[in-house]
Amino acid sequence: MSERPDLCSEASSGLLFREPLIFEMGAEGRTAVQVSPEEVEGWRELLPPGYVRESLPLPELTEPEVVRHYTRLSQWNFCVDSGFYPLGSCTMKYSPKVNDLVASLEGFTGIHPYQPLQWIQGALCVIYELEEMLAEITGMDAVTLQPAAGAQGELTGMLIVKAYHEHRGEKRRKVLIPDSAHGTNPASCALCGFEVIQVPSDTRGLLAPEALETRMTPEVAALMLTNPNTLGLFEEDILELTRIVHDKGGLVYCDGANLNALGGVARLGDMGVDLVHMNLHKTFSTPHGGGGPGAGPLGVKAHLAPFLPAPRVEKGPNGFALREDYPLSIGRVKAFYGHFAVLVRAYTYLLSNGPQGIREATETAVLNANYLRVRLRDVYHLPYDRICKHECVFTDRNQAPKGIRTLDIAKRLMDYGFHPPTIYFPLIVKGALMVEPTETETKETLDRFIEAMKRIAQEEPEVVRSAPHTTFLARLDEVSAARRPVLVAPTP
Amino acid sequence: MSYIPNRHRIQQEMLEAIGVSSVEDLFKDIPESVRLKGPLNLPGPFPEWELVRRMEDLAGRNRPATRLLSFLGAGCYNHHVPAALLHLIQRSEFYTAYTPYQPEVSQGTLQAIFEFQTYVARLTGMEVANASLYDGASSLAEAVLMAQRIRKGRSRVILPTTVHPEYRQVVRTLVGPLRLEILEPPETATLEADWEVLKDLLDSKVSCVVIQNPNFFGTIEDLDGIRDLAQRAREVEALFIVLIVEPLSLGILLPPGEYGADVVAAEGQSFGIPMSFGGPHLGLFATRSAFVRQMPGRLVGQTRDARGNLGYVLTLATREQHIRRERATSNICTNQSLCALAAAVYLSMAGRTGLQRLAALNVNRTRQAMDALDGIEGFHIVQRRCFNEFVARPPVPPSLLNQRLMERGILGGLDLSRFDSRWEGLWLLCCTEKTSLEDIQTLRKSIEEIVDV
Amino acid sequence: MAIPKDLYYTREHEWARLEGDRVTVGITDYAQEQLGDIVYVELPVEGDRLKAGEAFGVIESVKAVSDLYAPISGEVLEVNQELLDHPEWVNQDPYGKAWMLVVSLDDRSELDALLDARGYEEMLAEEKA
Repeated sequence: MSERPDLCSEASSGLLFREPLIFEMGAEGRTAVQVSPEEVEGWRELLPPGYVRESLPLPELTEPEVVRHYTRLSQWNFCVDSGFYPLGSCTMKYSPKVNDLVASLEGFTGIHPYQPLQWIQGALCVIYELEEMLAEITGMDAVTLQPAAGAQGELTGMLIVKAYHEHRGEKRRKVLIPDSAHGTNPASCALCGFEVIQVPSDTRGLLAPEALETRMTPEVAALMLTNPNTLGLFEEDILELTRIVHDKGGLVYCDGANLNALGGVARLGDMGVDLVHMNLHKTFSTPHGGGGPGAGPLGVKAHLAPFLPAPRVEKGPNGFALREDYPLSIGRVKAFYGHFAVLVRAYTYLLSNGPQGIREATETAVLNANYLRVRLRDVYHLPYDRICKHECVFTDRNQAPKGIRTLDIAKRLMDYGFHPPTIYFPLIVKGALMVEPTETETKETLDRFIEAMKRIAQEEPEVVRSAPHTTFLARLDEVSAARRPVLVAPTP
Repeated sequence: MSYIPNRHRIQQEMLEAIGVSSVEDLFKDIPESVRLKGPLNLPGPFPEWELVRRMEDLAGRNRPATRLLSFLGAGCYNHHVPAALLHLIQRSEFYTAYTPYQPEVSQGTLQAIFEFQTYVARLTGMEVANASLYDGASSLAEAVLMAQRIRKGRSRVILPTTVHPEYRQVVRTLVGPLRLEILEPPETATLEADWEVLKDLLDSKVSCVVIQNPNFFGTIEDLDGIRDLAQRAREVEALFIVLIVEPLSLGILLPPGEYGADVVAAEGQSFGIPMSFGGPHLGLFATRSAFVRQMPGRLVGQTRDARGNLGYVLTLATREQHIRRERATSNICTNQSLCALAAAVYLSMAGRTGLQRLAALNVNRTRQAMDALDGIEGFHIVQRRCFNEFVARPPVPPSLLNQRLMERGILGGLDLSRFDSRWEGLWLLCCTEKTSLEDIQTLRKSIEEIVDV
Repeated sequence: MAIPKDLYYTREHEWARLEGDRVTVGITDYAQEQLGDIVYVELPVEGDRLKAGEAFGVIESVKAVSDLYAPISGEVLEVNQELLDHPEWVNQDPYGKAWMLVVSLDDRSELDALLDARGYEEMLAEEKA
């Protein structure tokens, strides 16, 4: 499918242009990269016949054409730098620009991972010190920065859980996971060969010690929980919960996606957690990039440290070194050392905040969430109406009788200039609308969001159900996209 | 801190609205015994000017390959990153956008990724490609996992030593829980895949066979060997996975889709992504349409909106973790969106003509380097059918050579014995478009001086 | 909402039509309504053996995935290949065009464990309450 707009097209609105696929643009012989024909003379003779491809169906454009194409595309995106994303569990806080400036220093971007140690001491220092800082924040003893994202950090953690029990000669095949967990949790377990046993949340929305006790047996390798949980509530019985698991020889894994509610106030390591992964693109402000790259460091207690991925950075009298020999290590989860450029940003973020800044960020995140909670609870149903942490969950129960569902509210918010909150998650709340303001949003923005939400609750149902109206595109047909997937542009 | 706006009087107003007297009240549900009484032991805070100074110091303690004469490759390549590319990916709308779950406000990212998927499919000669995975190594691991899903019950994987050693390590770690037998037949004396051995190992117990092309040693694998292997894999119904670690080679080499690949896993760092000490890079994944529902990772599909306009959405999400949970095709959540965008911009800038020329220039420079070193007494070039990397056997240990070259501010090739003692004496060098003829002469002269002494 | 009288039903919302020793299987009108627009159906192949109560396939809408459960045990005799290309038939004609499998009936007594139309109707009323 393809469409070219007419020269005087009404399809552009203001200065937002309808843009064709790049494959429909350009002309023969154009390129934005200068390599003179003389430099490449004779290359064909250097390769045997039959090895060279006959067709390379790529477009041919000059630099101005490429810049214009992508600039126009970018203008269709909402982003943190243009507005508020109240996305629960995503921590869409502001990404400080100094972090990007620093991460683009050639001393960081230009290093090859296999350079000799003497010439990468700065890089090794960043890794070593960031590991220490993250360990301090979470109350862990050792941290690996190798995992590429939260989900990979989880996988690394569960591989370590497996290795730990196997090393002790114990066959533990089960993992307990609350029904409110994020989908990556059971998926990571399944990838490790564990059987997932779901633990139901109680009427408080929390894990009850009794529910855990009945399910905790010597066959259980670990409890995998999130704290605060995906409802934005702190697991009040955490000390009891971790004790129950440890008493039967199990480990406690915590999904650290919600660390923005704890930094500087309390440490998971002090609560009995044995492993925790962090999301640098959430709590630690590294940019979301439209869906990555992020980073998912994993922190562990001392008894699990021998299993961490290798190599690890060591500090000696002569500087930093990379040590490979960790006989109990689970191996590598990634080539090289991790998402270094993302690590530099997180490192810079921590230095600019200091311990006070980390605590203030947490306190303000929780303040902002509770403010939204009390200002909206008269209009939107709040299944757990008490002090929350950095996020809270509403439902569409009050609006459903008028035929307005969570999806409609989400789409209508776009007309008011806000990105929708997280919808239909966690699964245990029907019609969930999860809101996480983060600490970098002003009270003024929060008040405007509250106002928008209140207005939507009063609007004509038809207006809400057919939203969004002011965006570049209206609601898209996701059913056809799934029934007859078109994943690439047709080849010419 | 300058990023936190709601302090002091505003904070007071908000606390009143909430109905508590202090911020501490909001944390009462945390057991008292674990609430921190004092500040964390962390450095800082530093004002921006000091922060920059400190980070510049740290950066200054590295000597980046981009500022030296470097011949390092081996899965991470010193290619040119165009200025316009850096400019475009730093646009706030791309950089600070979230995953495009709400398509109406994310068409920029979605169309860019749809174009990226198309680029990957066309370059590799395959029918479909996904929105990217973390890196080449995890892409390879995901390809093996996919082969296991499609060929249930098979227990063997063939993963020869011509595949990057760190990639093989990653596969062993990520695929480990499946308790498969991972066979790693060694390379030949001429640093190629051993076709006879690979074909012999292929039987109905094998779910997949992997080759890397060009392989870890830089060798462009023999086409007849590849085609025979593909044929044999078809006979036993094992999946033929091709790994490409230097995708610039696809600017001129026959793509895997034209020599029988079922899956292509690749590393996309060569396409406009800085080396950055190894990450973040870019995993590429392409396969046949028949396997689309078994593919891991995000997928962007084309569709129309309610007004009939063309648009893009994330699709086939039911394969993914947030829906299938423990039955998901993978646990992957984020992809490498910004890196995928960088690759798409790179390919758009290079285009058909530019990509071919860049690739050709890499071939030419590498051949010139091979000839230059071959001329040195005692030097032996093991394999000449290469793209932009080759292995030499110097008359002195590579580690000694590298040390002496360092003293001259040159990053020599990679001493392969760091991976495997069988590779003692092997030196892997890489030349890119950034390697000039003078650079090659400098290398040659320096080596001659070192070897003579 | 249709609940044809001549069919058997399971608690997981599959229907079964008995014709001699052959049983045709699909999902009910209620099920397709709950799932929303169907985008994909995954079915077994001819010759596969099914066990009553066990999953034999998967049905997907855009945002959800559900297992399909075998009402009876037997061998898969026929699979509705066309349905794989037209998942929307499940929404349009769940008892007709959108039949999924024909299975041989190994054990007649298994039919006793299934619901009749009335029983299914009552079950749905209970679920709603």
